[in-house]
Amino acid sequence: MGQTSGFFQRLWMLVRRDRFRSELDEEMAFHRAQAEKEFVADGMTPRAARLTAMRQFGNAERLKDRSTEVVSFRFETVAQDLRFALRQLRKNPGFTATATLILALGIGASVAIFGFVDAALIKPLPYQDSSRLAMLFESNTLGPRFHLSYPDYLDWKRMNKTFTSLDVFAPYGFTLKTPDGVQQADGASVSAGFFHTLGVVPAVGRDFYADEDRQAGARVLLLSHSAWQKRYGGRRDVLGQTIALNGQTNTIVGVLPATFHFAPAEPAEFWRLIQPGPDEQMRGSHNLFGVGRLRDEVSFQMALADIKTVAQQLEKQYPDSNRDRLGLMQPLTEVIVGDLRPILLVMLSGAALLLLIATVNVASLLLVRSESRKHEISVRGALGASAGRLLRQFATEGLLLASAGSAFGVAGGVEAMRLLTRLAPNDILAKMPYLLALGLNLHIAAFAVCICVSTGLVFALTPTFRLGLSGLRGTDMREGLTEGGRSSAGTLWRRFGANLVVIEIATAMILLVGAGLLGKSFYRLLHADAGLEADHLATLRGQATGDRYAKDAQLIALEGQIVARMHGLPGVKSVGVATILPLGDGDGITDFRVIGRPFHGEHNEVANRRASPGYFQTLHASILRGRDFREEEDQTKPRVAIINRTMANQYFPGEDPIGQRVAWGYDVKTAMEIVGIVNDLQEGQLDAAPRAAMYVPYLQDPSNLFAVVVRTSQDEQSLLPTLATTIHQIDPGIAVFDPETMGERIHDSPSAYLHRTSAWMTGLFAAIALVLSVVGLYGVIAYSVSQRTREIGVRMALGAPRGSVYGLVLKEAGWLIGIGMALGLVCSLGAATLMRKLLFGTAAWDAGTLAGVAVVLAGAAMLASYIPARRAAGVDPAEALRAE
Amino acid sequence: MAKKNDLLPGTLDMLILKTLTRAPLHGYGIALSIKRLSEDVLTVEEGSLYPALQRLLLQGWVKAEWKQTETNRRARYYTLTAEGRKQLGLELSEFERMITAIGRVLQDA
Repeated sequence: MGQTSGFFQRLWMLVRRDRFRSELDEEMAFHRAQAEKEFVADGMTPRAARLTAMRQFGNAERLKDRSTEVVSFRFETVAQDLRFALRQLRKNPGFTATATLILALGIGASVAIFGFVDAALIKPLPYQDSSRLAMLFESNTLGPRFHLSYPDYLDWKRMNKTFTSLDVFAPYGFTLKTPDGVQQADGASVSAGFFHTLGVVPAVGRDFYADEDRQAGARVLLLSHSAWQKRYGGRRDVLGQTIALNGQTNTIVGVLPATFHFAPAEPAEFWRLIQPGPDEQMRGSHNLFGVGRLRDEVSFQMALADIKTVAQQLEKQYPDSNRDRLGLMQPLTEVIVGDLRPILLVMLSGAALLLLIATVNVASLLLVRSESRKHEISVRGALGASAGRLLRQFATEGLLLASAGSAFGVAGGVEAMRLLTRLAPNDILAKMPYLLALGLNLHIAAFAVCICVSTGLVFALTPTFRLGLSGLRGTDMREGLTEGGRSSAGTLWRRFGANLVVIEIATAMILLVGAGLLGKSFYRLLHADAGLEADHLATLRGQATGDRYAKDAQLIALEGQIVARMHGLPGVKSVGVATILPLGDGDGITDFRVIGRPFHGEHNEVANRRASPGYFQTLHASILRGRDFREEEDQTKPRVAIINRTMANQYFPGEDPIGQRVAWGYDVKTAMEIVGIVNDLQEGQLDAAPRAAMYVPYLQDPSNLFAVVVRTSQDEQSLLPTLATTIHQIDPGIAVFDPETMGERIHDSPSAYLHRTSAWMTGLFAAIALVLSVVGLYGVIAYSVSQRTREIGVRMALGAPRGSVYGLVLKEAGWLIGIGMALGLVCSLGAATLMRKLLFGTAAWDAGTLAGVAVVLAGAAMLASYIPARRAAGVDPAEALRAE
Repeated sequence: MAKKNDLLPGTLDMLILKTLTRAPLHGYGIALSIKRLSEDVLTVEEGSLYPALQRLLLQGWVKAEWKQTETNRRARYYTLTAEGRKQLGLELSEFERMITAIGRVLQDA
């Protein structure tokens, strides 16, 4: 007979399981009765006969079990174990709830952070073979990662030997003509092969044709999927429709897939084919970033060497424009998520530490519980449960606990992910499009299962460790059966449990120090000297395009109107106009020369800003020397400039810059006289190093793209909508965007966001860790006191004062706290050194933070041990001795 | 647990099948029969017959039936099936082969 009939027989047996058992019982009883009868016939006393028959038969319960196992399915014992485990857990709702909650916290934190790690670092970017893509830059005297010019791009494309294709994009957005007036629209200009290089195929319509950008008048664009949905309701007939971008008509030829995103240019709704104009003919006009796909056999080093060679050749060929411009390349993934990696790894480590504490905490709860279950285990062993069966039972209980914790943890973690992305400012989220797909996926599920199984195993092994294999095998079963027997295991547990608590305290210390350092960094960052007073400042950007603003005079008139109208608003104290506001991306770089100095073609790059007379005054930036721009200083007056302190120190060391004459590299004939030195305004992110910057009067060189900053005596937030209406009252055709207060600009800046998030997250982890470790310590000390009640009673009966009992307990706790904190101190210094990169204005060895953490942790820990100590001191000696 | 005279693994099934070749027997009868025939050398932990019997039943090598004993008690009698007889043949020849092989090794050494 084969397997099948065995299966059906098993099934049949399963249905008649009760009958099967009763028949087996009867059969076995019959057997023993017969044997007994035989022994009596041989002359034994009935009692002796019965005992001998039973002995000869063996352990009936175990044999019945084994017989049942033969005919039952494997899952039946598992189900039985599960039922028993559930009953055990239900019997102790307090224990179960506490353990599940603690675990859920640990697992939830890990899962949530892992979700971000997965979205940013593990999941490949939505391009074909994304690891073979590189982003190309030129570097200059100011630093790395600057733009290419269009002619440089064409030469790079022609001369390189390591890329299968090389393309460029300019992520600067457009003005969009809509029925409601002109708006600012997010988007990028890209070369024809851009999507082909990325390996992205439009979901609707077509890609740009190869070399379509070389054809005159090819004005075509692709829509992002979200723009298609939002602006066109996802209609198919969108192809062939036209859009007016930057005053030019473009035809929609396709829609990109929903999964597509390209962080360096996001947010982007419109992907327009680049249209080489006059700017694109100039080698000195840098406004493009390169994207290239490496040839199969080429490594990143080889490609980098290749483009460096190309850049050197161009430098030789075009010394005027290309001097000091080197080729630079980074893997695209690195450019997109490189900045995020250290922060995410720190947070993941934090979450892992929290999980460690949670696991240790639950494990020590299990230890205490297994102490009280010693009797039960012995009874089960005596009744015939095999060691394997008992082990399986523990494993089932451990896994069940871990599963419950994981289930809640994953649910909480996924919710936390959603919450965290919702808390992120929208424009920052837009720059991290890969986070939008955040949510439960296979990776996260697999991660959760791994955690669940490993914690489950820890919990399965903990009681086994405590009881010892010998305990399960039954040699000290008798000991377990005699209640109240004090074995060496008591001390063993105390030692083991104490070790666990040392780990908890050390881990909590690491997390607290990390949180402290990150918190301090964040504080330092927000209070970093940006050279301005950020309160009561409202800002707005605008773009005036079209025939009405083709001439400088028109733009100057517009500036005059804006300033005048804004001044008239209630509460407004002063108004400034500039091309680019402080605390931006630090871009907008031009090279300059000092007139009268020998020139060898060097490129001295500085931030190039144009500012109105009221600009510095509005920001409360201090003019260190010389003077501010004057109201009447327009194009009829001699050209002037104000430089910042860094530029003065860098380019005029030991000289007085005031009165010196400088010129932009592209326009060497128009010299400007330096009339003032302004204290450094932070033009880049808050944590950027100070950079040289030069300001020229807006009225001498106005711009279509401008920003207004207003200082008010009232609430700056409520002023923001008024600013936009004021400009639209002048001309509804002016696109206005990015209304924000200077405070928002600081708080919502990418660097502040990253610092804030990491500080808050680590802070949260540290707070949970602190609570868990203190509770864990309380548990150990309280248990130790309960075990030592008799000893304490004896001591007190022999005359020990209450104070010495306090001392006894607190000394034990003090040791644990001391060792834990010493260990934690060493580890946290190591951890702090590892995350040095994330710290701003704070040393890894920050005495204040370390001292603060030590005081908090030691205080909380001593408080936790004081409670059991007081209970110990309150022991009534007579009661304690009688209790035995 | 019985430490001495432990049966070779797998032999219990064979012994049970063999004792059933003469006549159907109940569990106690099988134990008694093995004990007597082996002249008290093979004393199995008697209870361990029952898991073994369940295994044989499941394989279809024996059949079970409740009957009255001579003393008018109800007992489960096990009968060898044709399948069981074939299995016994297989196991016996396999066992012979083993014993001969072991014997040869022992003689040689």
